[in-house]
Amino acid sequence: MTQLDGVVKPKTKRSKRFLQGREPKLNENIKNAMLIKGGNANQTVTQALKDIYSLKKPNAVMYKKKNITRPFEDQTSLEFFSKKSDCSLFLFGSHNKKRPNNLIFGRMFDFHVLDMIELGIEKFVSLKDIKNSKFPEGTKPLLIFAGDAFETDNEHKKLKSLLIDFFRGPTVPCVRLAGLEHVLHITALEGKIYLRSYKALLKKSGCRTPRIELEDMGPSFDFTMRRTHLASDDLYKTAHRQPKALKPKKKKNVSHDVFGTKYGRLHMQKQDLAKLQTRKMKGLKKRKGEKAEGEGEEVEAEATTAKKAKTQ
Amino acid sequence: MAACSIEDVLAKAEREEAEKLKSISVLKELELEFDPGNLFAFDKNPPNSREFRKQNKDEFLRSLARDNTQLLINELWKLPTERVEEVIVAKLPEPTTRLPREKPVPKPRPSTKWEEFAKLKGIQKKKKTNLVWDDVHKEWKRRWGYKRANDDTKEWLIEVPETADPNEDQFSKRIKAKKERVAKNELNRLRNIARGQKIKVPGVGLAPTDQQSKTELGKAIHVAKHSTASVGKFQGNLPKEKVPKNMGKKRKFEPLIGDFSAEKRKHLDLLNIMDSKKPRIDITKAVNKQMREEDRQSGFQKRKSPGKKGRKGNFSGKGKAKGKGKKGGPGGGSSGGSSKGGPGRGNNRKPRKKQGKR
Repeated sequence: MTQLDGVVKPKTKRSKRFLQGREPKLNENIKNAMLIKGGNANQTVTQALKDIYSLKKPNAVMYKKKNITRPFEDQTSLEFFSKKSDCSLFLFGSHNKKRPNNLIFGRMFDFHVLDMIELGIEKFVSLKDIKNSKFPEGTKPLLIFAGDAFETDNEHKKLKSLLIDFFRGPTVPCVRLAGLEHVLHITALEGKIYLRSYKALLKKSGCRTPRIELEDMGPSFDFTMRRTHLASDDLYKTAHRQPKALKPKKKKNVSHDVFGTKYGRLHMQKQDLAKLQTRKMKGLKKRKGEKAEGEGEEVEAEATTAKKAKTQ
Repeated sequence: MAACSIEDVLAKAEREEAEKLKSISVLKELELEFDPGNLFAFDKNPPNSREFRKQNKDEFLRSLARDNTQLLINELWKLPTERVEEVIVAKLPEPTTRLPREKPVPKPRPSTKWEEFAKLKGIQKKKKTNLVWDDVHKEWKRRWGYKRANDDTKEWLIEVPETADPNEDQFSKRIKAKKERVAKNELNRLRNIARGQKIKVPGVGLAPTDQQSKTELGKAIHVAKHSTASVGKFQGNLPKEKVPKNMGKKRKFEPLIGDFSAEKRKHLDLLNIMDSKKPRIDITKAVNKQMREEDRQSGFQKRKSPGKKGRKGNFSGKGKAKGKGKKGGPGGGSSGGSSKGGPGRGNNRKPRKKQGKR
């Protein structure tokens, strides 16, 4: 519909605002996620989807009906859904004999699938099963990844990027320090990936920074990595490209040295030093030449008369 | 003596400091990578697999998480803070992790023909006020749009100028002029878009599309044929080309003030028809209806008579019984019976495969 963008004009201001919200911008909106159930999704998968939906609210859409598609073979229906609901992240849950308890995490660029990673759930503990107080939805989580696999293996690197994108939440300029409660900790260990969600309690320590105690709260997953569908490097480059306008502007003629001193540079025109305006000292002003000598004689005369007076 | 006690005091103070910091310090081989803008930390240390297997898995993971969270919190507490409405808030820097965008970078809008001309001539945009004083209504009204000031189509009195035809409708003249202006504006807007997207649009005629239907092709032919100086009068037809009959208006309305005698005649005829007792008959319709009725009757007769298979009789009996019994039955059973009668009539023999809904 990009070609018909200008041709079909919106008739009301509200629809105009809606369309403007969806078009590409310099500073983008928060990414929405769509959670879709596959052809046969069992209780585990459905509960897992519901839990992740509650973590991702309000930037998530949960599809109630089952959709019989295979994301790895045919991506057209996923792309259609993403265009309709303006969601660039998706999570597809399914279950069959060959791949039990399957979750496919994926993201889109320009409404085409960028990458998809399939994870199988080995063990799952739901939000309901752990009975304690939860925190309000929409809190920005602290994301922590542990394990050297996330550094060395390419697929794990892409998984790390995808999970950050998924659970990141809105980008905010400042954050309330007391409200940092949600902690998502992801470990890669012995070929498996463990996702745990904790509630952080800030305890008093002697100094300003509090001591952390963690309380097991949210859903906990034990994943195994199954298939992946990653985009080509060119597509990744295009997707990561930031517009020039967003780059921070360099300030000219300002520099910092090692010790943190700020140096500035001024550019001046050429000046004639003889005609410089400086401070005037009235006492040092030179008068006419005889007057100076006369003063000297007078002084001498006074001195000799004083001597004479003394001797007399 | 005093010196020893001072030393003791200092040592004690140092120990206390160390104690305090112990609770928040965590020892790690490799430093973590932090991205405070995203509240993100990455621990590159390989986790201790042996301990993992020995302990309870969850406990190990929790202690690892606690250590990492402590380090991240330490990092976040180093950020500059300010007080906003009784709440202490830390200012986050820009996120450093590179993540892909959701949509491509927006392209600048292509400039219109007027914008290019203005740039060429150096014409600046003059800032105008939103509201204009309307003397007639004695209030401030919009410069353009709904209920604008100085709207000449909304005048209730227009003087007929000396040079104009006295029978001309001045009001409709103004409305027509406005419609033409709106249409011209819309055309220019679409042409600007086409030029911006480098789509070629023909000067006169219809723009070709991919799949054209019969009507679209017909319309294109008609437009092409009539785009001559003599409006298509001398264009020949192809050997078997059919001239479309009704191009143009589908309904013709009589003018308001026209032929009075014809109008009177029409009204009186209408009243006569309504008065008369004889029904008006459309002969073709009547004949078709009669033929259909006869066909149906003959089909029904054939079904009624005991044919080769006794099944036919059985089925009709079943349908009737079902109809009597259940609630939803009567509608379903009887309709099922009559609908099955249809194909049965045509083909004579068709075994029933499906029973109606109960």
